[in-house]
Amino acid sequence: MPANRFNAFTDYGIGIGLRIPHYQHILGNKPVVDWFEIISENYMVDGGRPLATLDMILERYKVVQHGVSMYFGSAEPLNKDHLRRLKALVKRTKTPWLTDHLCWGSVDGTYSHDLLPMPYTFEAAKITARKVREARDYLETPIAVENVSSYAEFHISEMTEWEFLREVVERADCGILLDVNNIYVSSRNHNFDPFEYLKSVPAGRVAQIHIAGHSKFTKYILDTHDHPVIDPVWKLYEHAIRLVGPMATLLEWDDRVPSFDEVHAEALKAEKYIHAPVAAAL
Amino acid sequence: MQPLTSSDRIALEADAGFIKPNDRLASVERLEIYSRSYWFRVMDSLYDDFPGLRAVLGRRAFHRLSRAYLADCPSRSFTLRNLGSRLEEWLQRNPQYSGNRHRLSLDMVRLEWAHIEAFDNAAEKVLGPEDLLELGPGFRAGLQPYVRLITLQYPVDDLRIHVNRASDDREAASNAVLKQKHRNLTGRVSRVKPERIFLAVHRLNFTVYYRRIDAEEYRLLSAFRDGQPIGRAIRDAFENSPASTDEERSRLEKWFAAWAELGWLCPPAKSRKRG
Repeated sequence: MPANRFNAFTDYGIGIGLRIPHYQHILGNKPVVDWFEIISENYMVDGGRPLATLDMILERYKVVQHGVSMYFGSAEPLNKDHLRRLKALVKRTKTPWLTDHLCWGSVDGTYSHDLLPMPYTFEAAKITARKVREARDYLETPIAVENVSSYAEFHISEMTEWEFLREVVERADCGILLDVNNIYVSSRNHNFDPFEYLKSVPAGRVAQIHIAGHSKFTKYILDTHDHPVIDPVWKLYEHAIRLVGPMATLLEWDDRVPSFDEVHAEALKAEKYIHAPVAAAL
Repeated sequence: MQPLTSSDRIALEADAGFIKPNDRLASVERLEIYSRSYWFRVMDSLYDDFPGLRAVLGRRAFHRLSRAYLADCPSRSFTLRNLGSRLEEWLQRNPQYSGNRHRLSLDMVRLEWAHIEAFDNAAEKVLGPEDLLELGPGFRAGLQPYVRLITLQYPVDDLRIHVNRASDDREAASNAVLKQKHRNLTGRVSRVKPERIFLAVHRLNFTVYYRRIDAEEYRLLSAFRDGQPIGRAIRDAFENSPASTDEERSRLEKWFAAWAELGWLCPPAKSRKRG
């Protein structure tokens, strides 16, 4: 189950996000890491240090691209310049699959640079799925969409978030980047059972899993990626692994980034769960 | 997070009707989470990209300018890298945000945007000796896209280098040392005197450098960048120049040697597109 057509039949293990504060350590000490996830947009430039560093990383490590601004859920067409640059990067990294978010974030060419939650309607699912298919056909690479953390819900929604996720991925015939921290954050912000969410995820479409830390405020939880993973999220991760099998797993740590060793050690805690037996019912 | 202005709040309240409240937050409060993080993200991006402008204007004036600029010119690119691309043009139309340091501010913005472009613009194949075998008046060269040519009325290149040093020291120094450095920087900004400068902002080994050049060298490189043939470019560069023919030849030899060493010349843009 873990190697499937949505992650190009790979078996990638446990990785971490490639972040600038770790460049020197990685290039100098060459630590053993299963794989790195890069933020695609950071390398969609024409030259200079970002691409030179990426090339050095690619000489030694496996890299998977993760995007933050494709905005499959925006009503406007895909940005052609964005797609062209993304395809050039795909050729460079040879990423086996690539991911972006199930969200919107732009209107008429103006960008919020945020991952905005979608209204869970059939019309939105149709438009989003069409754009995922268009991107995949142009990029000629499997795409997996990530469930985002959210702080707002729409009156207009016609289904739950997990029903919407299923609707989109089945219409688009694409994979899922299952972010268990995002499920936890949203479950607390919107009062739903995160295990019910997991139960509804089409397990055979999961291409990758994200884990991360977050920040708790009095009235809501914010997905800040600046803390270790908390126990309830590890429990969700364990449950997800039981559903989908030993899946490529990635720890995100984007703010107040500690040392490479600390981040990597946090990611490797996933080893405790990743080889759990798949649930009998599946 | 950025505090919301009263007009932000009124706009949010008007728009929040489509958001569901929950047992802890009203609709507008949920929308506010996104509004605050939007402003935090875009303001933070300008803060990082324009440290020199911050030093010129001071923290509060920079904040006011950033809010107004972003309200007029929100991001039109998938990447925040391009967020400041319209700042110079906008500031020219809105001098009230830079007060009596308007010219100085414009120069700094021009330099800081050139810095961003020099950092990650493309590097094309460098013209080598074999490309220069048929050098004649009709020969055309191009300028590397990462070499940005700008003119300045103030020596903001020196000022920006000073700002970088102050920033590098921030983590290492005590509060008392930092206050002294801040006073030094403020004094340096207020003492800066006008000075006509021609500058090439470029990169070498992935580090951005500022190289002051002569007016004639600036004109010649600009002509190469714009696709003019070399004969006309040289003639135009030295038009009205008091230099003798020997002096012109000597300077040209020196410049071409430097450009070859730096790898600044490349095939002209048109032939690159065809290739």
